Amino acid sequence: MTHLDTELIKLKHQLFEMWSLVISQVETSREALMNFDKGAASEIAFKEKMVDTYELKIDRECENIIALYNPVASDLRLTLAILKINTDLERIGDFARGIARFVKKCPKESINPELLKVCQFDDLIKNAIEMLNDAKSSLEHENTRMAVSIFSHDDFLDDVHHNSNKIIANYIKKHPDEIDEALNLHSIIRKVERIGDHCSNIAEEIVFYIEAKVLKHSGKIKTV
Amino acid sequence: MAKIETLDANLFYGDFHALKNISMQMEENTVTALIGPSGCGKSTYLRLFNRMNDLIDSTRITGQILVDGEDIYRKNINVDELRIKVGMVFQKPNPFPKSIFENVAYGLRVNGEKNKSYIEDKVVQSLKQSALWNEVSDKLTKSAFELSGGQQQRLCIARALAISPSVILMDEPASALDPLSTAKIEELIHELKKEYTIVIVTHNMQQASRVSDYTAFFYLGELVEYGQTVEIFTKPKLKHTENYITGRFG
Repeated sequence: MTHLDTELIKLKHQLFEMWSLVISQVETSREALMNFDKGAASEIAFKEKMVDTYELKIDRECENIIALYNPVASDLRLTLAILKINTDLERIGDFARGIARFVKKCPKESINPELLKVCQFDDLIKNAIEMLNDAKSSLEHENTRMAVSIFSHDDFLDDVHHNSNKIIANYIKKHPDEIDEALNLHSIIRKVERIGDHCSNIAEEIVFYIEAKVLKHSGKIKTV
Repeated sequence: MAKIETLDANLFYGDFHALKNISMQMEENTVTALIGPSGCGKSTYLRLFNRMNDLIDSTRITGQILVDGEDIYRKNINVDELRIKVGMVFQKPNPFPKSIFENVAYGLRVNGEKNKSYIEDKVVQSLKQSALWNEVSDKLTKSAFELSGGQQQRLCIARALAISPSVILMDEPASALDPLSTAKIEELIHELKKEYTIVIVTHNMQQASRVSDYTAFFYLGELVEYGQTVEIFTKPKLKHTENYITGRFG
């Protein structure tokens, strides 16, 4: 094993630790919203600091590896992929924090469960969590087929987000006194949809690393 | 038409099969890096193009080796003329025990050039082309041995340029130099490719990726992979190449 191999294994290990932390942030944000659990929301704020620390550390490690070891071919692709995945994960952490912030600041005790149901919110966020887990597994096992399957989940998230626009608009018309709550839910759905976009970016980076193929901006035709 | 080309080139040192069926084309005004572990045949391949292997006993060559479309191993070829067209720079700087001026003028003089002002112009031009003029313009009569290693190597490049070659072969030209001198040689290669076709043997992967347009990976006398340098160093087609360039060889 080369010295660079050792460094790349360490770097991957740090990324997976950060990844697990971000998955737990999103899971906790789901619990916080579904149960209106303000304690869970506080937990996310604490975890965000840890995620930010990981982000800085991984950025620095990538910079060091490029400067000191001059990686090429798959080593270079892995380093570049990790650099980008690192940014995506940090952004996902920010979205979870945004959901938590809403739960903490909201004066009410819950969001109308019927509205959550018709907007398919629980399915939406569960899918986002599954995408994050699948992306992590696909890098752990270097499985591009699993990475590509993430794109179909993202389509589902896009559809739910799109449908929620109309549902929430109608809800506001019927319940003008609940406009704030409805708009906040819309913003949260948008955040979860963006989590899906970042998971798709991560999947693209994994395919780039393993297959040296660029799927970015290739529309719906994303195969390996 | 390719500037340099080999078709099924084989080279034997006695019973040892050093180059095996090498077919490769190098375009004009490009830099091609030959990489591979020691003993893989890259320097032997480089020396095919100015017939330096002829100096080694029991060498046998088959296949075609073409420069400007001409088979340089056909009968009656003038090897001296070939070596004017195909210059060479070696691993260790090897200036002659003469002045800086005479080192550069040497090739012109041995080829019968008598015109003094032509020789002077050519020496100045070659020293400028090899990025050495500013450092030696006031000491042309001093011994070449007074120069640093990096300057001596650029002097050798100037000596090669003075006889107006169109191809320059470089056998690890910077391996004995410090980083600053290496950077100057690499910068020079970049400049020279505008007018010359350059083939360089190097053990330094980063150097190969920095200076060359094309890279050829040799192993045990075979050409394993040949392609654009950017492709070889980002997504090589063969696992064998990947293992070599990432240092996981063997």
